[in-house]
Amino acid sequence: MKKLLVIFSCFALVVGCGTGAGSDDSVNPGVTPGAGTKTETKTASGNPSYDPDRGQGKFNNDNVKVGETLDAAMASSGDKIYAVKCGSCHKLSDEKLVGPGWKDVTKRHTAAWIMNFITNTDEMLDKDPKAQAQLEICLVRMPNQNLSDQEARDLYEFMRKNDGVK
Amino acid sequence: MKTKIIGQALVCAIITISLSGIYSCKPKNAASAVGGDAAQKVYVAPGKYDEMYNFVSGGFSGQMSVYGLPSGRLLRVIPVFSVDPEKGYGYSEETKPMLNTSHGMVPWDDLHHTELSQTNGEVDGRWIFGNANNTPRIARIDLTTFRTAEIIEIPNSAGNHSSPFITSNTEYVVAGTRFSVPPDDANGDVPINTYKQNFKGYISFVSVDKNSGNMDIAFQLECPGVNFDLSHAGKGKSNDWFFFSCYNTERANTLLEVNASKNDKDFIMAVNWKKAEEYFKAGKGRKQTVKYAHNTYSDVTHSAKSEIKTEVTVLNAMELKDLCYFIPCPKSPHGCDVDPTGEYIVGSGKLAALVPVFSFDKLMKAIAAKDFIGDYDGIPVVKYESALHGEVQKPGLGPLHTEFDGKGNAYTTFFVSSEVVKWRLSDLKILDRVPTYYSVGHLMVPGGDTKKPFGKYLVAYNKITKDRYLPTGPELSQSAQLFDISGDKMQLLLDYPTIGEPHYAQALPASLIKDKSVKFFKIDENQNPYVSKGDGATKVVRTGNRIDVYMTCIRSHFTPDNIEGVRMGDEVYFHVTNLEQDWDVPHGFAIKGADNGELLIMPGETQTLKWVPGKVGMYPFYCTDFCSALHQEMSGYIRISPAGSNVPLTFSTGTNLPKADSTGK
Repeated sequence: MKKLLVIFSCFALVVGCGTGAGSDDSVNPGVTPGAGTKTETKTASGNPSYDPDRGQGKFNNDNVKVGETLDAAMASSGDKIYAVKCGSCHKLSDEKLVGPGWKDVTKRHTAAWIMNFITNTDEMLDKDPKAQAQLEICLVRMPNQNLSDQEARDLYEFMRKNDGVK
Repeated sequence: MKTKIIGQALVCAIITISLSGIYSCKPKNAASAVGGDAAQKVYVAPGKYDEMYNFVSGGFSGQMSVYGLPSGRLLRVIPVFSVDPEKGYGYSEETKPMLNTSHGMVPWDDLHHTELSQTNGEVDGRWIFGNANNTPRIARIDLTTFRTAEIIEIPNSAGNHSSPFITSNTEYVVAGTRFSVPPDDANGDVPINTYKQNFKGYISFVSVDKNSGNMDIAFQLECPGVNFDLSHAGKGKSNDWFFFSCYNTERANTLLEVNASKNDKDFIMAVNWKKAEEYFKAGKGRKQTVKYAHNTYSDVTHSAKSEIKTEVTVLNAMELKDLCYFIPCPKSPHGCDVDPTGEYIVGSGKLAALVPVFSFDKLMKAIAAKDFIGDYDGIPVVKYESALHGEVQKPGLGPLHTEFDGKGNAYTTFFVSSEVVKWRLSDLKILDRVPTYYSVGHLMVPGGDTKKPFGKYLVAYNKITKDRYLPTGPELSQSAQLFDISGDKMQLLLDYPTIGEPHYAQALPASLIKDKSVKFFKIDENQNPYVSKGDGATKVVRTGNRIDVYMTCIRSHFTPDNIEGVRMGDEVYFHVTNLEQDWDVPHGFAIKGADNGELLIMPGETQTLKWVPGKVGMYPFYCTDFCSALHQEMSGYIRISPAGSNVPLTFSTGTNLPKADSTGK
């Protein structure tokens, strides 16, 4: 992670205030989570404080507590929210509908990133390299569904359940 | 050669002289009268907000329009008394009851006046009221949603013109009839020329709940059968009084143009509404059987309800003492405006060559001293001179309406001489006059009919446009003209077109409203009986020949989007829920052959379109409001089979079902 930050800072120095070049040439939709993070770091807007694993928003590794095992109550609440606010566009398999399928989403992104993205959607779509890469595939800006913090957390737990956490 | 040069020089000189001649002329037209900094004063840079919201009556469009000031940009048209297929208003099953009346569904009306709710005589930005002039009604618009929340019909009335003016704490909104008629419980099948015996003028006091805003007709006053034209409540010391201008005191029923213009003086009627309230509470009213509709819209069920009410309490103004007084006012008064202190009542006789200004203190003294010249149908008539503060002499021709700037000045419009005249309340001296283009009706100063005008701007609403804009055939949009009134002299800043025919308007600082604006409806709180909370809740249900389609929409698809098994003779109800939870993402719903409008469904809302297929075949439906990059893909099909067909009822999204029958090719 330290190494990553160094690379990031160097890039920031070179680019200065940022050229707004976007992420076209460095985005590969098929990259694995690890490799993808490194590549995409270079395409960030030049703000050295930006952590692409965390995304932009109020959540981080300190304020999001994820247990070893599943919290079934939260997951069940998340399931209900999914049915009303998410299920129209996201399948639980890996099949893309309007947005990507949710299978393995918790393995592709950190909890903080996911919760930031679903609560702070517009800013993430404007800034975050991974979110922008996904937008280029889906071409529909994910709607901000105005989730509360707890709803976002419950949804994350439901995603974990979907990814096999017991 | 030489002569040619001389000739050219001469031509040049002539041109120069004639040009300078033109430039030295005094400005004759409005364009050259506009000051050099006018553009700067109305320029609102891209992305910046206007300083004020301006709510303008839409006149014969039946709607209310919202403009930004000082830019004059049209921000919104709020459907109120007329159907609006663009927004589905009056077409969706949920909104149809809003336009219900005792005459059934009325799809059009004529909205004349707007009045913002007030607390302690100052605008509070909660609601705005509008009147229906044709089929008498009052509407309340909620300023968090900019939607019509409630409409109440007014019985015993016709031509609801002196409405919807309010008391200082929005206790009551009034409705005075412009066309007197026989009361609703009397036989109306009488000769028209029995006007004097059979026709009455009713004034309604509609109470407004201070928390919910809900309206209810508290009581009505039965008055002589004159024409009540406009009104305004007192304020401050005159808080307990309401003032109504009256014309046709001749009680003519034909060729009013001549026959209602005979009396040298008509009246301003002063009503002690606190006294009326006392009489009402003391049971002095008569219960009268009537029929009127009361319609309310809920942002929880996203539906309107219409209730028919059958009783109203009537107080007889001709019999009950100390309730109403007539003040003589020259020549068919129109505007009836009370200054911010509550002391001065300005009556504008349309046909008078002066503007009388009455003093509330003097009126009270005259009433106490019984300084009357007689009575009119039992209502005392105060001596003109005893109530008069003074007359504005030679103000212009055809005075109509007056607003105030809170600095001791009044601004009156003159229809015939086409101008706005600024004058001082204390000594009635004329201070300034500006021409309008053309024939101004109402005018509006932000807060100009309240205790606390915001001053700064004045908008004149003109009746005739003629050559002000590029020609657009025989009809031109009515023009509004914005003036800066912050200095001693009024300065014309801007012309802009309006919708329908603007009559009265209101304006207030944007800060009083903008942060309270609703951005979307919470889907969790949606209690529409036909809501689909998520795709899992969508379904198509047949009950006899009624088909209910429970449908969702979100960028960029409908669920379900393939429907089969619907037959000729079926009535289809599309109940569409917008699952979006973000600002400014409505979806539209339109289907081929629909004989009504579209739906425009706000985030979190459910709306229903009734559709009766006209012939067998395939009918696409689609989203009408460009919502995303894949908006063009947001569509679906419903298949209509012949009556008696055995195609089973199926519905789906994203799956091709097996062919359901042999007739499908």
